[in-house]
Amino acid sequence: MYTEVVMNHFKNPRNVGEMKDADGIGEVGNPVCGDMMNIYIKVKGDRIDDISFQTFGCGAAIAVSSMLTEMAKGKTLEEAKKITNKSVAEALEGLPKNKLHCSNLGADALQLAIKDYEDKMSGRGRGPQRPEDKHEHTHGESCKCPYCDGNVDDGLEFCSHCGREISEDH
Amino acid sequence: MKVTNLDYISANPLLPEVQNAMIEAIKENYGNPSSSHCLGDQSTEVLEQARKRVAVLINSALPEEVVFTSSGTESINHAIKGVALANEKKGKHIVTSNIEHNAVLKSLRRLMKMGLGYHVASVPVDEHGLIDPSDVAKAITEETILVTIMHGNNEIGTIQPIKEITRITKEKGVLFHCDGVASVGVVPIDVQDLGIDMLSFSANQFNGPSGVGGLYIRRGVGLWPLHDGGAQENGKRAGTENLIGIIGMGVAADIAFREMESRLVHVRRLKERLIKGLNEKIEDIIINGHPELSLPNLVSVSVRYIEGESIVLMLDEEKIEVSTRSACASGALRASHVLLSIGREYADSQGTLVISFGKETKEDEIDRFLDVLSDAVDTLRKMSPLYKKG
Ligand code: FES
Repeated sequence: MYTEVVMNHFKNPRNVGEMKDADGIGEVGNPVCGDMMNIYIKVKGDRIDDISFQTFGCGAAIAVSSMLTEMAKGKTLEEAKKITNKSVAEALEGLPKNKLHCSNLGADALQLAIKDYEDKMSGRGRGPQRPEDKHEHTHGESCKCPYCDGNVDDGLEFCSHCGREISEDH
Repeated sequence: MKVTNLDYISANPLLPEVQNAMIEAIKENYGNPSSSHCLGDQSTEVLEQARKRVAVLINSALPEEVVFTSSGTESINHAIKGVALANEKKGKHIVTSNIEHNAVLKSLRRLMKMGLGYHVASVPVDEHGLIDPSDVAKAITEETILVTIMHGNNEIGTIQPIKEITRITKEKGVLFHCDGVASVGVVPIDVQDLGIDMLSFSANQFNGPSGVGGLYIRRGVGLWPLHDGGAQENGKRAGTENLIGIIGMGVAADIAFREMESRLVHVRRLKERLIKGLNEKIEDIIINGHPELSLPNLVSVSVRYIEGESIVLMLDEEKIEVSTRSACASGALRASHVLLSIGREYADSQGTLVISFGKETKEDEIDRFLDVLSDAVDTLRKMSPLYKKG
C-alpha cells in the first residue's frame, strides 16, 4: 500500500526526537484521525540549522515527518515556507488517497514552527497553535470539500479526495 | 522467513481435510441440487450432509433450520431485514447494543433510512464490554419486534449473557437474533440451550472457506427472504447453492465439533501465555474485554502513546500478522465504536491491536511476537510526543 520511499522513511526515520532548546515549535493535531505531530526547529541566521520531529500517528504520518525534516534542513526560512503537503507527498512518490491528510499534518506543523520562531523574534509570543481551517460554504447543488474542491458524498465526515475533515454542519 | 498468522479473525487457514474435500468435490463435478436427474440427486445428498454437520455444530433440532448463505454478513442482513419486513404490521422497533459489528449496525441504519418508520434502541455496555440484561428488558417496548445482540465480540472478545437475554425476549414475545460469527466453531454454541431464534455465522471463522455462511432460523420463525427466485434452501434463499463451499463448510464444522475440547485447551493456553507476556514485557498497556467471559482465541490490547497501523507495519516487516483497531487503519478513518463504548480514551484506542490465533498456532510464535512487539513499541514510543518517559 505504501511506496518504497515511504517504507524507507518509516523504517529509518530521520531527525527523530524532542529538541530541548528549539527556537520554534509547531504542534498540530490531525483533525481527521486525531493523531499528533510536533516539529522543532533551530535557526541560525535565516536558515533552519537543525530540525526534529515527534509523531503519534500512522506509517504515512511518520514517513511524512521524516521526509519533511530532510527537505527543510539547511533551507532558509523563506524557502522552507514553500514546502507544502503536495511537495512532501511528491517526494515520497505518492501517498494512498486516504492518507493525504497525514501530509497536511506535516506541512502545517512545519509552518507553525516557523511562525512560532518569527513571532518570538518579533516579540509577539507564541501565536495560535492551529491554523484556522473552518469549513464554510452554503448548501448548493452538491457539497464541495473546502480544501481540495472535490465533491463530497453525503454523510461522509471527511473528504474522500483529500481526506480533510468536514464538520457536521456543512 | 515463515509468516506468523496472528490474525485469525481476518483469515483462518483452510484445514487440509477441508481442502481435500473441496478439491474432490470440484472433480466430482456435481450437478445442480435443484435438478431432478441423478446428478442432481447426488448433489442434494452432499448438500444435505453438510447441512446436518452444521446443524450438529450448533445443535439445532432440525437440519432444515440451517440456511446456507454467502457470508456472515449476508446472514445478519437477512435476519434483521427479513424479520423487520415480515413483522411490519406488528411493530417497527428493534433493540441492539452499542458494540455490534458493522453488518448489524449498518443493516439497522439502512432500515431507519428507508423512511418506513423503523427505529432502534441501543443498550450500553460496561467497561468490560458486557451488557446488563435488565437494560435489554427496559429497552423493549410494545412495538419491539426484534432484539439483535452478538455472542462473542470480534474486537474485544467479550461474550454476552445470551441465555439471560433470551429469557427476557421469550417472556416479552420478541424474536432474538444472535450474531455468532466470531463464536461459532470457536466455543460451544447450542441454539436450543441458549434459546436463540436466529443465529448468523461464517465458515471462515472455523477453518472453512470464505464466501460461505449460515443462518439458523428456528422452525416457526417467519422472515422475508433477501433473494427472490427459485425454491432453494427450502424457499428461504433463492439462488443456486455454492456447493463446493458448502461442502467445505460441512467438513470444517464436523472437525470443529469433534475437536472443540482439544482446541479450547490449546487456545486457552496460548491466550494465557500471551497476556502474561504482554504484562511482563510492555508497560502502559490495557488488556481490553472481560477477564473471564471472553473468546479464548483472541486478545485485544491497547498500547498507549503509539498508533496501531505503525505497529502493524513494523510487525509485518518481521512477517508477523496482527490486526489493529486504529482509526488510521480503518477505511473510514474513524475510531472503533467498540473501544469508545467500553470507555477507552481516543488516543488509547489508536494503539489497539487484536491478536487472534487457532489450532495451528505454536507457543514459540506467541513468544516471537512478544519479542518483536516490544522492540517495535520501544521504537515507536521514542518517536511519540505523548510518551514522556525514558
Ligand atoms: S496519522 Fe492517522 S491516518 Fe495518518
